[in-house]
Amino acid sequence: MVFNWFRQKTKTKDVAKDRLRVVLMQDRLSLSHGIMEEMKDEVITAISKYVEIDRPGIEFSWKEIDKRRALVANIPVISIKRGATSNDRVTQRSY
Amino acid sequence: MSQAIVITSGKGGVGKTTTTANLGVALALSGAKVVVVDADIGLRNLDVVMGLENRIVYDLVDVVEGYCRLRQALIKDKRVDGLFLLPAAQTKDKNAVNPEQMKELIGALKEEHDYIIVDCPAGIEQGFRNAISGADRAVIVTTPEVSAVRDADRITGLLEASGFEKPELIINRIKPRMVARGDMMDIPDIIDILAIDLLGVVPDDDYIVVSTNRGEPAVMTDNSRAGEAYRNIARRIRGEEVPFLDLSEKETIWSRLRRLMRRN
Ligand SMILES: Nc1ncnc2c1ncn2[C@@H]1O[C@H](COP(=O)(O)OP(=O)(O)OP(=O)(O)O)[C@@H](O)[C@H]1O
Ligand SMILES: [Mg+2]
Repeated sequence: MVFNWFRQKTKTKDVAKDRLRVVLMQDRLSLSHGIMEEMKDEVITAISKYVEIDRPGIEFSWKEIDKRRALVANIPVISIKRGATSNDRVTQRSY
Repeated sequence: MSQAIVITSGKGGVGKTTTTANLGVALALSGAKVVVVDADIGLRNLDVVMGLENRIVYDLVDVVEGYCRLRQALIKDKRVDGLFLLPAAQTKDKNAVNPEQMKELIGALKEEHDYIIVDCPAGIEQGFRNAISGADRAVIVTTPEVSAVRDADRITGLLEASGFEKPELIINRIKPRMVARGDMMDIPDIIDILAIDLLGVVPDDDYIVVSTNRGEPAVMTDNSRAGEAYRNIARRIRGEEVPFLDLSEKETIWSRLRRLMRRN
């Protein structure tokens, strides 16, 4: 199309490169002996010391934010624990 | 010192068999004693690409199972001095052989030949495990496409985990015109993403189809760009420093005009 000539388009090769970078990062992480799962577990443990979270609703995903790869964690919070400060030992409430 | 080199890829159809045949012929033409081994058991292919399909009597599985001696299964290429093919079995499946047996076989071949080039099947299962065992050096073939490069990365990881410290990359089917247009990933892009050493770049070349149809690997003629690229790769394998082919094409007035207009 003639009009396309005038538009600044992202080059196909750059699209390919960006997609590859993201997918390889995922591949490498998830392949290295469940490092991704381990990391999730640790993040969840750390966060649940301070807030009550909805475990089954947790999502980890890779996104592109401002041209940079980002690991995005979506962690639904049910409630904030009372008295949860960095120095306090929080007693785990059962739920 | 003889050397066994396995040609891998992960993704199928990117040019492993073409690469094995051409490197085998090119290395033999330069004076080395070479065996090309078809490790794609059940999907025999290297024989037809080499044009030796009518001369097969025994195959790799026959050797491993002890039905014949190794020497009986080797087919001598009458066109090129010092070149032999060990064909795959067509009727058996890849579980007919195990990695220990392959290692022993490759070891025996190394006693009498300078280079053993092993054509690996696609995939990451048993056939891959078999093909890489016994190899001293691993080459990964990819095309400049997202899916092929992704699989090449996976294979790199598996090879490294299997003790190959420095797998080397061949980028096959580069189309210089598409690269110039920005429609195909370029060599530095791919090297940057995979972070492995480049062994060579092979252009997409219609002559490969002709050569496969005829059963004469492209390195046997002088008028194939891909053949020239494979000859260079063979020299690098032998330890020579060979500059990479300049694949860039001259821009025509039209492509230049189009590119300039697109920039606005
Ligand atoms: N540089 C090239 N230019 C043009 N065509 C090519 C080139 N390299 C390979 N081909 C074509 O691509 C097809 C696949 O090549 P080949 O059989 O070597 O791949 P392969 O990786 O061995 O496949 P498989 O995974 O099925 O074993 C063939 O038809 C071959 O002719
Ligand atoms: Mg093949």
